[in-house]
Amino acid sequence: MRIVCPFCGERELGEFTCLGDAKPLRPAAGASDDEVFDYVYLRDNIAGAMSEHWYHGGGCRAWLKITRNTLTHEISAVEPAAGVGARSAAR
Amino acid sequence: MKYSIFSLARAAFSGHKNWQRTWRDASPKDRYDVVIIGGGGHGLATAWFLASEYGIRKVAVLEKGWIGSGNAGRNTTIIRSNYGLPGNTGFYELSMKLWERMEQDLNYNTMVSQRGVINLYHSDAQRDAYARRGNTMRINGIDAELLDLAAVKKMMPFLNFDNARFPVQGGLLQRRGGTARHDAVVWGYAHAASALGVDIIQNCEVTGFVRDANGKVTGVETTRGTIGAGKVGMAVAGSSSRVAAMAGLRLPIESHVLQAFVSEAIKPLIPNVMTFGAGHFYVSQSDKGGLVFGGDIDGYNSYAQRGNMPVMEDVCEGGMALMPMIGRVRLLRQWGGIMDMSMDGSPIIDKAPVDGLYLNAGWCYGGFKATPGSGLVFAHLLARDELHKEAARFRLDRFRRGAVIDEKGVGAQPNLH
Ligand SMILES: Cc1cc2nc3c(=O)[nH]c(=O)nc-3n(C[C@H](O)[C@H](O)[C@H](O)COP(=O)(O)OP(=O)(O)OC[C@H]3O[C@@H](n4cnc5c(N)ncnc54)[C@H](O)[C@@H]3O)c2cc1C
Ligand SMILES: [Zn+2]
Repeated sequence: MRIVCPFCGERELGEFTCLGDAKPLRPAAGASDDEVFDYVYLRDNIAGAMSEHWYHGGGCRAWLKITRNTLTHEISAVEPAAGVGARSAAR
Repeated sequence: MKYSIFSLARAAFSGHKNWQRTWRDASPKDRYDVVIIGGGGHGLATAWFLASEYGIRKVAVLEKGWIGSGNAGRNTTIIRSNYGLPGNTGFYELSMKLWERMEQDLNYNTMVSQRGVINLYHSDAQRDAYARRGNTMRINGIDAELLDLAAVKKMMPFLNFDNARFPVQGGLLQRRGGTARHDAVVWGYAHAASALGVDIIQNCEVTGFVRDANGKVTGVETTRGTIGAGKVGMAVAGSSSRVAAMAGLRLPIESHVLQAFVSEAIKPLIPNVMTFGAGHFYVSQSDKGGLVFGGDIDGYNSYAQRGNMPVMEDVCEGGMALMPMIGRVRLLRQWGGIMDMSMDGSPIIDKAPVDGLYLNAGWCYGGFKATPGSGLVFAHLLARDELHKEAARFRLDRFRRGAVIDEKGVGAQPNLH
């Protein structure tokens, strides 16, 4: 698997670390037990195209949002992860 | 058929051309008391215990491919019961005791080899942690010995004892641990279960659940038609989330790939199973002479049954740190399996929140050693509708209750277990 970093270009997998599914969002303070339980423990565990957070620690050290097929390892999109810093860096 | 010295002699005289099939290749009937999804070690063991221990013989095991084509046939075959947490200690020792009598129970040679499992330690803190684990084991009636450096040198003189970064200081040894022939375990359970009337149905993928008006599961849809069931148990390892989703469930599980490696055959070198506690590397030598080894999971969700290069490199480096001389041995083959990594690294055995459905999941990369124990406690749950006492802590709601069993102490992220 090789990943085309929007900042560094095509790099080998060993430079990156995966955090996992990008979908779960940290519940706001005061969220119910159910929401916290859901966020911490439950997963869709998708078989197919999945959006994930990856960290390019061996390169630009940016957080990326990668769409990857978990059945084939095929990567269809790489973009900077959300956040003002990432968006301005991508320009 | 029953295997014995006479059956072997008879077969030898006819040039080994007349061996019978070891299990019946059954076709699906309309209805069973219990349907088990998944023809891996756990599904087959469950069927056998249902029939032999609990007297339930109208049982079918449905396997989408061929039996043993999942992790049962992909693992590195290590069996041990050196666990330290309540919930785990008793369960894995129950399993270990079943391994010790498996060949007699099943009338099948599963090549259980109690050659010992040693976990090496490389620092004072690690020694203390292993001493504590060993003591916990002994308090629970399980064998454990803490070895010092001299004892390790005597047992494995070929290790690199000059490693400045990770010097070997000693190890925690469980002599009753070892290996078993993984394919034979699958075939042995199939052989014994089939003889008691269990239908083992291959090339039969479960594609959905049949539910009644109250939502209770009353059967399964499969690629070979609808099959009715009093109860449905799922033991599908890396596919747990996908199968559970057909019943509308989300589980505390992610699927990850773990790789295994085998070298070309060499003369007997490694007398036991060894783990390199400083990195993540474990190795044993197969009876054919190949070094069988592995390490970490690849670190991202996968259903591809195929690994990637960085982990190959990492695993081989772990091996080289421990035994530099294996650098000249060629790697023969490598493969990946998909494990259902639970959020605390421990299994889930429970009734599902959907009536009629029962879960056997979350074995992570350590479920081969659990095969007989898992079969027994899952059969108990299916037959009696209550948890076996050695599986009482494996409940699904433990995550919600904060009663996780985190043997490695690395929290709620499956790629860290
Ligand atoms: C590389 C590797 C090394 C490992 N090493 C060890 C080790 O040394 N020691 C140890 O204790 N554990 C080890 N493990 C873990 C161990 O192999 C697993 O935890 C254990 O095998 C899982 O149980 P099982 O045998 O029933 O799973 P499987 O054999 O995977 O059985 C599940 C079956 O379900 C079937 N299935 C899935 N979906 C469906 C469906 N919809 N319909 C019908 N059938 C379906 C699959 O085809 C599969 O055959 C290792 C795993 C891997 C991948
Ligand atoms: Zn980059």
